Amino acid sequence: MIRYIIRRLLWAVVLFVAVTVVTYIIFFIVPANPALGLCGKACTQDDVKRVQAYWGLDKPVPVQYLKFLERLVVHQSLGRSFATRREVNDIVKDAAPVTASLVVGGVVLWMLIAVPLGILSAIRPRSLLDRASMVFVLVGISAHPVWLGLIFSFFFGYKLGWFPITNYCDFINPSTDCGGPVQWAYHLFLPWATFAILFAALYVRMIRANVMETMNEDYVRTARAKGAPEHQVMRSHILRNAMLPVVTMLGMDIGLALGGAVFTETVYALPGLGKTAISALDTFDLPTVQGIVVFSTICIIVFNLIVDLLYAWIDPRIRLS
Amino acid sequence: MPFGRRDANGQPPLEIRDDELLVVDDLKKHFAVTRGIIFQKQIAAVKALDGVSFRVREGETLGVVGESGCGKSTMARCIMRLLEPTSGRVVFRGRDITKLSRADMRPIRREMMMIFQDPYASLNSRKRVGFIVAEALEVHRLGTEAEVKRRVQELLEVVGLNPEHYNRFPHEFSGGQRQRIGVARALAVNPKLIVCDEPVSALDVSVQAQILNLLKDLQEDFGLTYVFIAHDLNVVRHISDRVMVMYLGHAVELADRFTLYEAPKHPYTGALLSAVPIPDPTVGRNRKQIVLEGDVPNPINPPSGCWFHPRCPRFREGHCDVEEPPLYPFGDDHVAACHYPLERWPMSEEEMRMLPQSAVG
Amino acid sequence: MALLEVTDLRTYFRTDDGIVKAVDGVSFSIEKGKTLGIVGESGSGKSVTCLTIMGLNSKRTTITSGEALWKGKNLLTMGAREFRDIRGSEIAMIFQDPMTSLNPVHKVGKQLTEAIQLHRDVTKSQARARALELLKAVGIPRPERRIDDYPHQFSGGMRQRVMIAMALVNNPDLLIADEPTTALDVTTQAQILTLMQKLQEEFGSAILVITHDLGVVAEVADEVVVMYAAQVVEKGPVERIFKRPHMPYTWGLLGSLPRLDSVVDRLVQIPGSPPSLLNPPRGCRFHPRCPYVMDVCKADDPALLPVFDDSDHFAACHLDHETKDREAAKLIAGMMAQAS
Repeated sequence: MIRYIIRRLLWAVVLFVAVTVVTYIIFFIVPANPALGLCGKACTQDDVKRVQAYWGLDKPVPVQYLKFLERLVVHQSLGRSFATRREVNDIVKDAAPVTASLVVGGVVLWMLIAVPLGILSAIRPRSLLDRASMVFVLVGISAHPVWLGLIFSFFFGYKLGWFPITNYCDFINPSTDCGGPVQWAYHLFLPWATFAILFAALYVRMIRANVMETMNEDYVRTARAKGAPEHQVMRSHILRNAMLPVVTMLGMDIGLALGGAVFTETVYALPGLGKTAISALDTFDLPTVQGIVVFSTICIIVFNLIVDLLYAWIDPRIRLS
Repeated sequence: MPFGRRDANGQPPLEIRDDELLVVDDLKKHFAVTRGIIFQKQIAAVKALDGVSFRVREGETLGVVGESGCGKSTMARCIMRLLEPTSGRVVFRGRDITKLSRADMRPIRREMMMIFQDPYASLNSRKRVGFIVAEALEVHRLGTEAEVKRRVQELLEVVGLNPEHYNRFPHEFSGGQRQRIGVARALAVNPKLIVCDEPVSALDVSVQAQILNLLKDLQEDFGLTYVFIAHDLNVVRHISDRVMVMYLGHAVELADRFTLYEAPKHPYTGALLSAVPIPDPTVGRNRKQIVLEGDVPNPINPPSGCWFHPRCPRFREGHCDVEEPPLYPFGDDHVAACHYPLERWPMSEEEMRMLPQSAVG
Repeated sequence: MALLEVTDLRTYFRTDDGIVKAVDGVSFSIEKGKTLGIVGESGSGKSVTCLTIMGLNSKRTTITSGEALWKGKNLLTMGAREFRDIRGSEIAMIFQDPMTSLNPVHKVGKQLTEAIQLHRDVTKSQARARALELLKAVGIPRPERRIDDYPHQFSGGMRQRVMIAMALVNNPDLLIADEPTTALDVTTQAQILTLMQKLQEEFGSAILVITHDLGVVAEVADEVVVMYAAQVVEKGPVERIFKRPHMPYTWGLLGSLPRLDSVVDRLVQIPGSPPSLLNPPRGCRFHPRCPYVMDVCKADDPALLPVFDDSDHFAACHLDHETKDREAAKLIAGMMAQAS
């Protein structure tokens, strides 16, 4: 088990280096000089050179990358934004809770929809409920979150006025004009729904398929042959096994979900990581982009690690081999 | 014809008689078990096949029996070079094929074909039967399109299928018919040797009889040589001229079928024979049965000395668990790897335990 | 009264291609403490018969009729609750593949105690003690340690022992074993069959063993039922079935078997393959493959009638008794002659 964890951690480091290197390369392939933007329109050639020297942009890319790594490892610092001169650490610190609220709430919502719907439609295939859930799945998979977000905010926000269309409220500390758990959830409800529908649809399908497959397993028949009542067969023999792959998928989809959060944040103007990254891209603000990439990568790696360990814990075949 | 010179790989020459189509010499296949955080290092080896030697004469059938995990399928794949053996030699028609390159192997692949166990999995379900059977012909560029088609139809007829079904897909056939397609595919290029890996174990008895009869007929008609691998002792005895018994990657006994089944020397062979249910209620219930205890050991960590000693009723401490038994000869072409071979047969488990005084020590 | 009396059992499955008559009019009975063997090839309906008796077919797609009287009560019309009390307690079942028949995520101990606690009002520790007792009885070494292992830590033979322990934990009156040794090696098969016979003496359970292996049946069964294409074609005491079978399909089965106690050059082969159960042939279902086929076979389905000199032996065949006696004697004599 310890060996397994060490191996996973080492792989995480490799993954981390790979992701940041790729971000660097992409950034420098883009034909734009960040120093020019930083300096402003009135700058002379000499000014630009000075700015480049100040930010270290005159050094070769590998050196810049190593400097970035050094800063990160030694000082745990992601550097300063080109655009606002703020510490990227602070930018991430501000944006991360917003994205975390969106993603965590979204995951909870999508599992709340997908688990019961998936199980019920697996138990009664071709029933009305199964067919209805199929329609939901088709709509959920085909609708783009941006479109869905616009529709939701138009109907539920603008027409019916049930929910606010934009704005984010802190969960605890009312740093903004609003705050507290109720306001937080109230403001986030539409983003959550928008964010959750695609994944809920995918997970309904997956859970339905898993449960149906598990219902045909020999050990389920064994359980029935023992005289176990149906609810016990379902709980103890079907669900436990059918949910194993769901746990893995959830771990893998966290990365995907962070990507999906970008759309939702844009539509509802939530000041999360996605929106911040997009604004940073507009201004060629490499440190901010890089900082968000690094932070997201770490999050995804940590999540995957947790999920793998969780999986090993619930599946004895992995734990004991 | 003595194989006079030292062969290309610098190994001592093997004596090979003219009628010996296939000679397998000390064949080993070890699968590495690796562990490591980044750099995988080998910590152990699964000795799937650990030094098996035998010879197959032209036109005969060598049966290979053993329980799951005894290495019989690994051996088949090593002979066919579908797996690279770890060491040892496979000499086919006087030529060591173990180290041949892919290109040099190609003409030889025409002469040795394989029939697999699962008639469902071993045929590509998206290809028509005609294509499946013709594939080998086309790989080896034998004949024009019309000739290939004629040959395929001829083959389908030979194996007892309707030649008009040339254009059908495998799923339109029953299990037995699919195995016939597998046989036709193997026959397509007129091979000398066919390695059959559990060809009938997925089939029902009535269909199994059809395939066994077919294989026998084809052997007579085309002078084929078979290496026939199965776990069913009845089937192996029915089809084979000589039988090799395998246990944990080793050959433990090899003899002609009558000798092996009537006067086995190795206690494992005896146990296998006595474990086979006999479809006759009086004979079956009155015979002396030897029920082995325990399971086949893990080939990662095989027992010391004789591989069979932990389960053997004739086990003698200090000898069987120390000294690996060589293949002792017992008359014509009969060898068995046991320090305390059975004196007679049948024998009950209790009788087996009682060794004659002369044998002890 | 027989322990289990099955009369005219029919199990039809609704599929997209039509109705598959998987079991079509099967009758047999089992006496207390006896062993009944059902033999047949794949698709003959032998497994479905047992799953129907156990009520383990999916209810949505299955149409069942006939009777399966368990101690006088019909299992097929019994309420779910009542049936559940019998299943696993009075009738227990073991399956073909011990690799997949145990739940991979639960310890074997938990799976055993579950079976006990479903039917008995005992504490956890009592149930565990009983589970240990059974694991010991089926010959699992060091049961007090193995009880906390997971199924994947056992070998195939050991898993089948665990399955048997689980089935016997409530002292069932009937143990249904569906191809219990098919997935096992021959030496392991011998261990399991020996164990089952030993436990039958100890527990006094009747056993219904389903297999395609005539050898296994000859070895363990008192009575034999031969099934072909969803129907019973012959049944009787094991001696009769193997020594004087009265149905050409049984002859074919016996003749097509290569066997250790005789040597033949060519096996008797039954031509063709079993019919589709969507659309079985008219008349005797075996007639397209039968070498003795007559006109009447193509028109009339033969009834399962007692063989004239033995009221325990039934066969479904239009051939006259003399021919059947002669052919059976010839077949058996042929085997015996070659045996010596």
